[in-house]
Amino acid sequence: MRSASLQMHLAFKLATAALAVAGSVVLLMALTRLIPGDPATVILGSRATPEAVAALNARIGLDKPLIEQVFAFFGRLVSGDLGEDVFNGRPVLGLVLNALPNTAALAIAAMLCAVAIGIPLALLCARWPGGKADRLVAFLSVGFISTPSFVVSVFLLMVFSVHLRWFPVLGAGESGDLGDQLWHLVLPTAALAAGWVGYIARLLRSSLLEILGESHVRTLRAYGVSETKILMKYALKPAILPTLAVLGMGFGELLGGAVFAEVIFNRPGLGSLIYDAIRTRNYPVVQGGVFVIVMLYVLTNLIADLSQSLIDPRERARLTSGRGH
Amino acid sequence: MQAFFALSRRPGGTFAALTVTLLCLVAIAAPLIAPYGPNAIAPANRLMDPSLQHVLGTDHLGRDILSRLIYGARVALGISLSVIAISLSAGVALGIAAALSPRAVDLAVVGVFDIVTSFPSVILALALVAVFGPGLGNVVLLVSIVFIPHFGRVARAQTIAIRNSPFIEAEKVLGAETWRVVLHHVTPNIIGPIFVLACMDIPVVITIEAGLSFLGLGVRPPLASWGNLLNDGYTYLDQSVWLATFSGLALVLATLGFALLGEALRDTLDPKLRKAL
Repeated sequence: MRSASLQMHLAFKLATAALAVAGSVVLLMALTRLIPGDPATVILGSRATPEAVAALNARIGLDKPLIEQVFAFFGRLVSGDLGEDVFNGRPVLGLVLNALPNTAALAIAAMLCAVAIGIPLALLCARWPGGKADRLVAFLSVGFISTPSFVVSVFLLMVFSVHLRWFPVLGAGESGDLGDQLWHLVLPTAALAAGWVGYIARLLRSSLLEILGESHVRTLRAYGVSETKILMKYALKPAILPTLAVLGMGFGELLGGAVFAEVIFNRPGLGSLIYDAIRTRNYPVVQGGVFVIVMLYVLTNLIADLSQSLIDPRERARLTSGRGH
Repeated sequence: MQAFFALSRRPGGTFAALTVTLLCLVAIAAPLIAPYGPNAIAPANRLMDPSLQHVLGTDHLGRDILSRLIYGARVALGISLSVIAISLSAGVALGIAAALSPRAVDLAVVGVFDIVTSFPSVILALALVAVFGPGLGNVVLLVSIVFIPHFGRVARAQTIAIRNSPFIEAEKVLGAETWRVVLHHVTPNIIGPIFVLACMDIPVVITIEAGLSFLGLGVRPPLASWGNLLNDGYTYLDQSVWLATFSGLALVLATLGFALLGEALRDTLDPKLRKAL
């Protein structure tokens, strides 16, 4: 009975995620139909022959009703087909799979960097709340969170690449040369991570302070357990759970935000692929790229949500006692 | 007044109040205080360093950077306030309608909100601009679509929380029509947290508009948007750093000022939201 409740919860979350992905595909397909004028004419130009326009419409599936187009999309997806680049016929899946590792590396590096700096800052603030360090981190955190990543990217490029010449200006590094690739990753990673450092520091600090105010912590203090030990051993573990959930969502946001870092540092990636496709009105590539980002976004949210349910004993107990949803 | 005092007590509160007031004044008085026209081209003066004639220097077409930044404040504030007004009105209307409608309609509206929020906000804005094209009007409308679920979800949750309250039931028993209940009783009771959310969303809207303009997919040149200015600065970074520096700083100041203001308002007007947001 109990495991049935947990299974119900998992099934509900999976179904919601699947519906969100299906809905996003309908939205993407519907949007293409809303393009002012005929999409094929927009791509080919006003002097294209009616035959060429009809042929392109057929190629990108716009000669079929919307619902048929959506089913055809999912049908093709099962066989690993996301459509074709309208200009040179290359499969969109290949383009996306070539670009994805660069974007994933950037997003993972940014997240790891944000966690590595954000958690110690949160511990420092929670150890001496209201102190100078706490107030300074509070102000800087809002600064980091509210500063757009593309402004940070331009400033980092200006100072460390153009002025000091410490880091390379453009590209993702020589393929096969890991050191060069990591070197090219430093500035974009810093630009993307800056906001998340502030966010993690603030979120974890407030969770830690909440836990530190609970009665079991008062008991630990009464037993003479040191503040640092309470913080590291008893408070950090439960306090980090809400942060983990936010990190899951944050990873998807980072994939979206990577478009600026990729354009500014001229890195190949999913963001720059979508950006170039928008500029050339290559709609199948836009659709395929955005679909993959939405898939990853929904997937990371789902993993964060489920891991929260499975890691947190309180949440697990709530679900297995049949009080889920 | 209470909000003002709370603001001045917070770290960076005075900074937030001063920055936002200054930005609003600059945007309103732009034609009076800008030393040059925002599009006054002078190729002979291109990429000049700051000087007495051009306090912040000039761009690649010899246009005065300070004047373009001043007019850029108008674009940033104008677009962000328009987006917030549209998305707040539509979101609140949809959220209240969903909460007071039969279950099937409610589920349909929530489903649409879920689909829209299954896109990262920047990616959705890019996808919409890809379809409808760049330009001032399109950016306002399309970014509004991104933010409608934000307000819709909060409005729906707040309406559900009060829809069976005794004062609403009493109005219904007295024969009040639905529109009257919504306008006179539901909306005034749910608008506080939504107003706070609106203040906190202003810097996010400024960032998305500037980001789209930076990518060349937002406000079209020669209109002075801070995003366009930053893009020009980025393009000529190897020849002059002033345009990128000052346009970036303008964006940082605006987003930081509004973010701190939003936080202070949230803590003052609705401390319960501190955790929810």
